[in-house]
Amino acid sequence: MTAVALSVSGARKAFGGLVAVNDVSFDVHEGELFGLIGPNGSGKTTMLNLISGALKSDAGEIRLSGTRISGLPAHRIARFGVARTFQLVRMLPSMDAERNVIAGAVFGHQRLWGAPARDLARELLALVGLRGREHVPVVAMTYIDQKRVELARALASNPRVLLLDEWLAGLNPSELHIGIQLIDKLSRQGRTIIMVEHVMDAIRSLCGRCLVMNSGRKIKEGDVSEVLSDPQVVEAYLGDDDDA
Amino acid sequence: MRLSAGEIWTGLVGAFAVGVAALLPLFDQGYYLALALNIVLYAALCTAWTLFSGPTHYVSLATAAFFGLGTYAVGLGLDYLPFPALVLAGGAAAAVLAGLVGAATLRISGVYFVIFTFGLAELVRQVVSYAQTKLSTRMGLYVFTDFTEKHIYWMLLALTVLVFITGWLINRSRFGFAMQIIGNDETVARHSGINTARLKIILFMISGAFIGMAGAILAPRYAYVEPPSAFNPMISFLVVIMALLGGTLRLWGPLVGVIPFTLVMDFVSVRFPNDTSIVIGITFLVIVYLLPDGVTGRLEQLLARIRQPRSHAEPAAVKEPA
Repeated sequence: MTAVALSVSGARKAFGGLVAVNDVSFDVHEGELFGLIGPNGSGKTTMLNLISGALKSDAGEIRLSGTRISGLPAHRIARFGVARTFQLVRMLPSMDAERNVIAGAVFGHQRLWGAPARDLARELLALVGLRGREHVPVVAMTYIDQKRVELARALASNPRVLLLDEWLAGLNPSELHIGIQLIDKLSRQGRTIIMVEHVMDAIRSLCGRCLVMNSGRKIKEGDVSEVLSDPQVVEAYLGDDDDA
Repeated sequence: MRLSAGEIWTGLVGAFAVGVAALLPLFDQGYYLALALNIVLYAALCTAWTLFSGPTHYVSLATAAFFGLGTYAVGLGLDYLPFPALVLAGGAAAAVLAGLVGAATLRISGVYFVIFTFGLAELVRQVVSYAQTKLSTRMGLYVFTDFTEKHIYWMLLALTVLVFITGWLINRSRFGFAMQIIGNDETVARHSGINTARLKIILFMISGAFIGMAGAILAPRYAYVEPPSAFNPMISFLVVIMALLGGTLRLWGPLVGVIPFTLVMDFVSVRFPNDTSIVIGITFLVIVYLLPDGVTGRLEQLLARIRQPRSHAEPAAVKEPA
């Protein structure tokens, strides 16, 4: 087993009386593609927000490569090596694709400027399938292309851990196929990725291990095939709407 | 430092314009110099204001507070320190105030920031009035110097050039890029590793410092400085109106607003001296409704519309599925 990249122990977050994340613990190893799944409102995105520092946890501890990051402001966590995408894609609308990606390369875990930052941005845009579209304004791009730009921006900081918040949501079947291949490619390059996802086919084909949350609690963690056939997990999903 | 052809051209045109402007006092020392001085004053103030408010979209009404602090630095220190040191001191005092205001308010959202900065400017004015009546018997301070209007004009012109160079240097730096990202989406900025709160405070301090220096330079023109004139809230409002009229998307945007507005204001205040406020109010409404991005923003939109058919035919059409 390789070294632990990200370690979450006893994480908790409450909004008033609602406990969105309740005593959740898990480890993600270097180079692993880890799935975070569960019905709507089960606390997955909140968990991701705790890791990236968008929200501060009430209790528990999150460590990245052994260093405690819980409690740090979001920009320090980003510099330390956590990059993320957002559930609803977030663009820098006044800029073109290349500038959007450069934004990820300048201030984060890896700090480039000038020609090296631009070269990296072009390389990453090519990686996500946008070669030759560097100077298209992002507002003129389709939804999947914006998602590609966002992914390239997250990669531009060369993060220790990449957080994908439903990156595949909203894609049509053919786009979904392209998206899954892209994530697979990143994983094969050795990226450590945590993906929150509703698309079960993607989890099945991409992830080695996953964690299932329900009502803020961890209900199961382990190999994907094992976890998805677990009666408790099936019940959690069937009790909800048709996400599964 | 490598410069593009466009930057060299802009620099040459700018240097030429400044050179011509600097010659003006040799031809006229009366009405036109006074008018040009107002234009240069507001060019410096509006550009300094836009340094901060352009990228962040925060509307600051604290201009009068920074300006007044600069003016008072000169009024208080003229017997003890040389004038250039007082200009720097005025800028430093304004920067400190901006830093305090920024630390207290830049985490809150835009609307509260507007109200807070306006309240702050009024508070500073009242505090200065109070202190002055308690500590001395006079309402104001005398500022006697050897400077005539042309000296003040040249100093303001130099300050404007300094503001422009600073703005240009910021725009091409990492700092400026970070501010653009913050202006686009603060959440993305934070998660990309940008310390958004700190950068906004630093920029607000730079902007405030220049406004304070402008106030300091202008102090000798008043001869007698008192709170209602040095901390006049009208300064804050005029700066916002002129900057928005010109447009805050570009560094030179405010300049496009300052020149016509100052000329019109001059005309109005002579012809309709009792109705100036009405004219300012109407102008403000017209700008907000008809030119939300200012004259320069409107021009860029028009240019983009003219260019659009061409750029669409190239890469975008290839990608769009038939």
